[in-house]
Amino acid sequence: MTSSTSPQFGHPALKNYKLDHAYDEMFQSADELHSHYEPLLEHFTSLPENELQRRKQSADLSFLNQGITFTVYGREEGTERIFPYDLLPRIITSAEWATVERGLTQRITALNLFLKDIYNEGKILDDGIVPREVVYSCKQFRRQMIGLQVPRNVYIAVCGTDLIRLENGEFVVLEDNLRVPSGVSYMLTNRRVMKRIFPQLFRGYNVRPIEHYTQALLGTLRSLAPEGRPEPNIVLLSPGVFNSAYFEHAYLARQMGIELVEGRDLVTHDNIVYMRTTSGLRRVDVIYRRVDDDFIDPLAFRADSILGVSGLFNAYRAGNVTLANAFGTGVADDKALYAYVPDIIKYYLTEEPILKNVETYLLTKPKERNYVLANLDKLVVKAVGESGGYGMLIGPQASVAEREEFARKIEADPRNYIAQPTISFSRAPCLIGDELQPRHVDLRPYVLYGDKVTIVPGGLTRVALKDGSLVVNSSQGGGSKDTWVLSQ
Amino acid sequence: MLSRVADSLYWMSRYLERAEHTTRLLDVNLNLMLDESESSAEKRWQRVLQALGNPKEVEWTGDPYELTRTLTFDTQYKGSIISCIISARENARHVREQISTEQWHRLNSLYLEVTGPNLRFDKMTGTEQPTEFLQQVMEAVHQFQGVSDSTMSHGEGWQFIQVGRYIERAAATALLLEAYHEDLWSAPEVTGDGNEYLEWMGLLRSATAFEAYCKVYTADLTPDRILEFLLLDEEFPHSLRFAIDSLQRSLIAIDKESAISHAEPLRRLAGRLQASLSYSSVDEILKQDVIAYLQAIQTQCGEIHNTIYELYVDYSIQAALAG
Repeated sequence: MTSSTSPQFGHPALKNYKLDHAYDEMFQSADELHSHYEPLLEHFTSLPENELQRRKQSADLSFLNQGITFTVYGREEGTERIFPYDLLPRIITSAEWATVERGLTQRITALNLFLKDIYNEGKILDDGIVPREVVYSCKQFRRQMIGLQVPRNVYIAVCGTDLIRLENGEFVVLEDNLRVPSGVSYMLTNRRVMKRIFPQLFRGYNVRPIEHYTQALLGTLRSLAPEGRPEPNIVLLSPGVFNSAYFEHAYLARQMGIELVEGRDLVTHDNIVYMRTTSGLRRVDVIYRRVDDDFIDPLAFRADSILGVSGLFNAYRAGNVTLANAFGTGVADDKALYAYVPDIIKYYLTEEPILKNVETYLLTKPKERNYVLANLDKLVVKAVGESGGYGMLIGPQASVAEREEFARKIEADPRNYIAQPTISFSRAPCLIGDELQPRHVDLRPYVLYGDKVTIVPGGLTRVALKDGSLVVNSSQGGGSKDTWVLSQ
Repeated sequence: MLSRVADSLYWMSRYLERAEHTTRLLDVNLNLMLDESESSAEKRWQRVLQALGNPKEVEWTGDPYELTRTLTFDTQYKGSIISCIISARENARHVREQISTEQWHRLNSLYLEVTGPNLRFDKMTGTEQPTEFLQQVMEAVHQFQGVSDSTMSHGEGWQFIQVGRYIERAAATALLLEAYHEDLWSAPEVTGDGNEYLEWMGLLRSATAFEAYCKVYTADLTPDRILEFLLLDEEFPHSLRFAIDSLQRSLIAIDKESAISHAEPLRRLAGRLQASLSYSSVDEILKQDVIAYLQAIQTQCGEIHNTIYELYVDYSIQAALAG
């Protein structure tokens, strides 16, 4: 076992492992490990160098052969790549996880109440907790949802919330993904590969299982079936093979044993949705949709969409089919609305938020806007409707010209931007070449909300594989690693 | 099963069968060409084109290797070997969750091999590489069929794969016999250059039938027996009768699974063709217009295809709601 008298940094694999002010997932200080990382580091440093590389290659090959890839847009049509995978698991203790789990449960409960409220009575708006303008000016707000009853009042059935760890080790929420969050298939396949490559290490650690995710997802979807459909037909609606997450869609459909459908497989008649099968039309009751609102029904939303199903929204309105997630949930993951989530939690649950937000400046408020404009070199500015790392200004790394450009954009349309302090979120050890080096990581746990809240322990840990980078998105060169939640 | 899925599995299979057939046709004729005078090449390659249905995108310029290259690599021509493999793989990609991992691996590797940077058009002008390449493709397709049979559940999806394979094979065999007809049955005395044996062998090899034929009739090749074997043999997988028997078996299995009430027209169509092949003799066939007979078979294959589509894939919503 490691002790504080024999610094780990003496090992050749760690010679470039440098700590800075960011929280380190493995080291408490230069000569002390977080105790739950001890067996891991011991195991890794005991392996001969080439053995680590051999297992890394074996893992990569396994991903490639299984076709666990994502599609890169641009350049050649449909270029497929594997999502870079790091061999070292990220480990979370059971106590840390307990807090995260309670915090996420609280958050999704409050956000569901919020969506029900704003699409019905609007009490939170009357009481002035959330300004009307913020909700109504949101691009994801769907007037069509006003007054509509959704099964069990569940708007968000599947949620992927991005967490980061601050310098003091506390988990905070960076953003909620309430529309069609992706990545859960990587969480599941990372675990499978890990178990195959390091069975003994895994066995010694008492890691809580995650395999039941797909079953829990199926149960959640089933619990949302329309009234009077006790044996619901559940399908997964995908935009099709050119979508970057197509692998995930196919994977989840296969694991759940439900049909993977595209818009062209579905038809509506008399407000009932059917799929075309070789035995004729078959009624569809629940749709786990991985298609955005805008594209899902050319009659109700974007007329130029070829991905959707004409008449789907009317069938939904008539209560003949359930969609997970509901239309219009995107209003609650608007980045400007994010700033109000702590107040939303207090308002509906009369509880203090368990997981804090990252401090956020709203540029519609003159005082905060002035502060931001004066301090652009210290802040991160994000466009509210963007995702995947696009539309961002990272102040400390930006040029004067870039900052001036963003200042102009902010003044022209303050509602479209928010600002946050530059946070150096936590770093975890990664295998870079033959060495372990720290890289920034976030965590995306997947929350299911049906007749109960289910969160499989862990989630997808995303890694900014470039040295010093804070961007973990796969579209920007990020990777991932297995996430272990310990049972004791 | 989703109609779209059935559609994709059917075409994945048809395209692979088509790729294999074209590959073998080229391989056999490139080989036999070496045994004959250059003047007779003209006729040989015209016949190859006829056996492929005289595609209008492909021109015979007098150079067999040029033609081979077009039929193998030209992505502008949708019937080229490489186009067929690309289409088969694209269909498979749309239904990846429906086929086995092993099937996907085999087909995906074939696709990567034939579209990879190591294969260059100009390398294929030599006389050696095409044969080697064609052999590889044939083996890969055979492996895919083996892997399909041994790793995929023999349910509805697998039956649609069978249907695609055998309908393509039946139509291609009928077309092949039609292409050879003039030389072998209508005016056999014209091929008086003593090379009949080579031509007959070429025909049998184009259907992988040479060895199987010899087991039944010995190496004693006669046109009547060749026609009988390729049309009516009950046990040989590339004979028309075998293809239609297999097709009918799969259609019955699909019918049972999907339990559509109005499948009668399809049963009748395929059943009639099956019965005619089961109860015909080669003498009767030779007494009639053989070309017309072979063309009728192709027409019936087309009708079966259309009826499958009307029943399972492309049916009208109104009719489905009413029924």
